[in-house]
Amino acid sequence: MNMFTISGSPHVHGDENVKKIMYTVVYAMIPAMLVSVYFFGLDAIRVLLVSVLSCLFFEWAIQKYIIKGPLTINDGSAVVAGILLAFNIPANIPWWIIVIGALVTIGVAKMSFGGLGKNPFNPALVGRVFMLISFPVQMTSWPIPKPILEGGFITDAVTGPTALGLLKEGVGAGKTIDQIMSDPEMPAYIDRLTGNMTGSLGEMSAIALILGGIYMVWRKVINWQLPVSIILTVFVFAGIFHLIDPQHYIDPMFHLFTGGLMLGAIYMATDMVSSPMNMSGKVLYGVGIGLLTIIIRLWGAYPEGISFAILIMNAFVPLINNSFKPKRFGLLTKK
Amino acid sequence: MTFTMGGVHPEENKFSEHAAIVTLPLPKQAIIPLGQNLGAPPKPLVKKGDEVKTGQLIAKGEAFISANLHSPVAGKVARLDESVDSSGYRRMAIHIDVTGDEWDENIDTSPDVVREITLGKQEIIQRIKDCGIVGLGGATFPTHVKLMIPDGKKAEFLIINGVECEPYLTSDHRLMLEKGEEMLIGIKILMKALEVDTAIIGIENNKPDAIKHLNELCIRYQGIRVQPLKVKYPQGGEKQLIKATVNREVPSGKLPLEVGCVVSNVGTAFAVYEAVQKNKPLVERVVTVTGKSVRKPSNFLVRIGTPVAELIQAAEGLPENTGKVINGGPMMGKALTTIDVPVTKGSSGILVMNKEESNRQRQNPCVRCSKCTEVCPMGLEPYLLAKLAKLALYEKAEKEMVMDCIECGSCQFTCPSQLPLLDFLRLGKQRVGHLIRTRK
Repeated sequence: MNMFTISGSPHVHGDENVKKIMYTVVYAMIPAMLVSVYFFGLDAIRVLLVSVLSCLFFEWAIQKYIIKGPLTINDGSAVVAGILLAFNIPANIPWWIIVIGALVTIGVAKMSFGGLGKNPFNPALVGRVFMLISFPVQMTSWPIPKPILEGGFITDAVTGPTALGLLKEGVGAGKTIDQIMSDPEMPAYIDRLTGNMTGSLGEMSAIALILGGIYMVWRKVINWQLPVSIILTVFVFAGIFHLIDPQHYIDPMFHLFTGGLMLGAIYMATDMVSSPMNMSGKVLYGVGIGLLTIIIRLWGAYPEGISFAILIMNAFVPLINNSFKPKRFGLLTKK
Repeated sequence: MTFTMGGVHPEENKFSEHAAIVTLPLPKQAIIPLGQNLGAPPKPLVKKGDEVKTGQLIAKGEAFISANLHSPVAGKVARLDESVDSSGYRRMAIHIDVTGDEWDENIDTSPDVVREITLGKQEIIQRIKDCGIVGLGGATFPTHVKLMIPDGKKAEFLIINGVECEPYLTSDHRLMLEKGEEMLIGIKILMKALEVDTAIIGIENNKPDAIKHLNELCIRYQGIRVQPLKVKYPQGGEKQLIKATVNREVPSGKLPLEVGCVVSNVGTAFAVYEAVQKNKPLVERVVTVTGKSVRKPSNFLVRIGTPVAELIQAAEGLPENTGKVINGGPMMGKALTTIDVPVTKGSSGILVMNKEESNRQRQNPCVRCSKCTEVCPMGLEPYLLAKLAKLALYEKAEKEMVMDCIECGSCQFTCPSQLPLLDFLRLGKQRVGHLIRTRK
């Protein structure tokens, strides 16, 4: 007698799985990784390797010895967290700080909530903010980029401020925007696009980040609406202030292509686990991130605000999910 | 044209789309479960030892929502008892030992096409009721009930479902190609009964031959037109089809008539033709037998009550590596416990799956990707509803509109974490349904 499998419908499955999604994100980050290697040489590879390997190690160790659950490092989520963490830190940071950051990323922000899918906050950002507060000096001394083609395989000891840092400092000292922009350390527009400026590993080149973002949208890993809502909000909000006082508030394009805005909008805010579930909620979340980013950049103590903005909005996600529902079929036509 | 909200694109795998319908020989014994229609099962009129003819009434539907049942074969009633049917439950069935195929003398069994519709509206509905016609798309709702429009309501459109959005299945496709003219007469009959002037046949673009064939025939049948539709599952869902063809949204919890529509399947239209023009009750239907390892994917015209095993035999046998046999398509069909169960009025296909396709893959935790919400054709949040059902928070699930779920399975099909979302949605629907009934 034949024994058949019995299960409820559907009996077929599409070819989506978590691993595939995670590796799509990894592939999407390859252009930005290449740019970082181009500008920071072996240092970029060192930071990436230490970060990814320590994230994998902590995930494995915690899963095996504390949670005592099945092996989960294969699902790719620790690799994604590791690369994102590396993208958020300067290239010349000591290796042991990266390891501590990875422990916070995986141990505190992810595994303590139950692992994949359970974390309310973006793990890499929690790690990054922890490092920024604990090691402010190392986290804010950015090496000057030295393209490989010009013979720079490792970064040297010369560090410099980021474009946003220069801006904050200048505005704080009472300079006008024209004065700030004439500073020789301030990167030109084309350098801001290609990434030839000081900054964390992954936030260098807006073009590389957007390229990866388009790939993720095409592979349906992220929705375009969320990053676009962040970017538009930043543009509009910063633009309003620029129009009011162009000598005190810089033009909005500057905000778009400096700091971690593209990285945050395309790769961090779109993290599936910690972002809202429904489209209207996603857009609201994006607008919130955009507003908070500009508020912190213009009036906060830190030159860059997108990490804090995303983490603050992460906290609102359960509320957003509760009040912003998808459009139900057959509810609009009700008389 | 297609519906706007959600939807997925499973592999079509329509292996049997070019296989012409073959009439299967009679079985040795026919097993006719009483509960073949949605609603109350009919009351049996025969007892052990009775001689019956093909097409003879053997069980009468007495409740408002019920349908008559006719003997699909000529023979002798062997027994009336409980036996496992395609639902997996033991249900009352009439077993008939087949002796031949002598039809009831009032039935026209000739192949001639009868084009002139002589019966009036009430007579049509009565004839459809007498002949035990139910919706052949799978829901098996008694057709005569659908045709009785309550006072104050008016049907504007008759929408004919030729979508066949389930992967693998081709029975409706073949029927449209081979019995197109009879089907159009059936549609005309339904239009007369409903007093509507417009009928729209919705067909997906993956059946260009059927669209072309029916378009040519429609020239001679005023008021009927073919609407080609962009391929997307679950377009054959009643509400989705109405949205796709006439762009109206059936309000939550209401019937299609609320927006002036009545939906019927192409197979039902053909059965209506046979009932009204030929006085032939519903004793046979077209069933697809298919699967990746099935040696000869086929479309069979079989008598109700024929064991599934005989259909698979006719498709050159059960493959060695069979892991699962499904009554229906891969998205909404039911897995069978045994292939000794009979074909019923609602069986549109038998899908044989290989061992390696039969088991679900390992589950991962929900990563909150919201793909289930994106593909839900009803705008629901399957991840949330599944969780609410799991936690037995049924009142909250009701507020989140779990009862609107059409069980199409798009969420589970898409879920990258392989979560059994629909299993929990069904549980939620069942419990919430119970909650609503006890409240009254």
